[in-house]
Amino acid sequence: MRNLLIFITKYNAFFLFLIFEVGALVIYGKYNSFQKASLINSTNEVTGNVYAKYNEAERYLSLQQVNDQLAKDNAALRAKLKSSFYIDTLAKRMVNDTVYLQQYEYTVARVINNSVNKRNNTITINRGSDAGIQKNMGVISDQGVVGIVVMVSKHFSIVMSLLHKETSFSAMLNDDRVRGTIKWADNLDPRVAQLVDVNNSAKPHIGELVVASDQSLFPTGVPIGRVSNLRTKTGGFFLNMEVTLSVDFSKLQYVYVVTNRLNKEQTDLELKQKDEQNDIN
Amino acid sequence: MVRFVVLVLVQVFLLKNITLYSLSIPYIYILYILLLPFEIPNILLFLLAFLTGLTVDAFYDTPGLHAAACVLLAFVRILFINITVQKEGFDNEPEPTLSVMGFRWFFTYASILTLFHHFFLFNLEVFSISEIQYTFTRFIISSVFTVFLMLITGLLFFRRKERK
Repeated sequence: MRNLLIFITKYNAFFLFLIFEVGALVIYGKYNSFQKASLINSTNEVTGNVYAKYNEAERYLSLQQVNDQLAKDNAALRAKLKSSFYIDTLAKRMVNDTVYLQQYEYTVARVINNSVNKRNNTITINRGSDAGIQKNMGVISDQGVVGIVVMVSKHFSIVMSLLHKETSFSAMLNDDRVRGTIKWADNLDPRVAQLVDVNNSAKPHIGELVVASDQSLFPTGVPIGRVSNLRTKTGGFFLNMEVTLSVDFSKLQYVYVVTNRLNKEQTDLELKQKDEQNDIN
Repeated sequence: MVRFVVLVLVQVFLLKNITLYSLSIPYIYILYILLLPFEIPNILLFLLAFLTGLTVDAFYDTPGLHAAACVLLAFVRILFINITVQKEGFDNEPEPTLSVMGFRWFFTYASILTLFHHFFLFNLEVFSISEIQYTFTRFIISSVFTVFLMLITGLLFFRRKERK
């Protein structure tokens, strides 16, 4: 026993190293599963508020770009005003309200923490459960798809950006309407992603628009990027290609969180169908 | 303590946005652990390293990652100082700064410790053999960048003490 104690005190550096290292790795491992909300991240009150303060100062530097962007948005919206349309029939106006049921709602949020140069990049935004944001909602900007909400606190949420190892969702070629899966490329370039598992029947051309498909969390047709390179590693039955992203992630300022109002109905229905199938079996 | 706050703030608000060709990311905050006094007890050293890592993790959204790398850094620091420094001569100059220890010693010290820290950090972050090529490029270039910044910091801020 005494010898053991002497041994431990002699090599105390090594044993302390083991204890702390295991502690750190346990924390890291726990967080890796991504579902377990953790105390140590930028949604907690202290770091979240520090980032919010810092972002307030930082916003002044990009006021000009934001102003340009707003002016552009205003022009686009003005073009959609009722007064800018010529109403050709009365009938069209009457059915207008009942034919269309609003499916998507957008909540605007400000990016307060962002990174593009890590293997797994996340974005923190300044809206949380108070604003009705929930996990697994899609996030877009006026340029295109940004990511998916993975963690929500009262006032902040964390978005898994497209530049993340685990991001993969359904996308399609705009002209062919052929679906594939979009992923971040291995070379960690924040401007390029990969569209993989595209059926061989598709005939993509360089410069073709890649948009969110109808099977994704995002409204169909939200742009993701343009095909920039077709000669990436081909894997037998499927085509792979490089896509230049339309969103400049390093300059992200404002994003929109997409609320799909029919989502609950859809998942409930699918769940019900699954249950019935199980009963038959 | 002031050094800790300043280094973490610089790391989180300035260096987080700096990257060369999306390959090189400097992590200057480990300078805090490098500059802790020689005579510090091991348990305190590990505790401080762990807390430093955790603080940076809180801002980088990677709980445990930097903490694990910093604990490894503290361990390598103990080994390195045991091998290269005679403990008796440093009662009045207790910190391993550039001006106290001389350029050659500090350069070796900073390089070896940075290499260990960055190697562990980048590999733990990516955690996959198939991307080893990019991880290695990132690791090497970032290490060079970090050591460079450390030397500049050493020259800028720690010369004055010597002249007093």
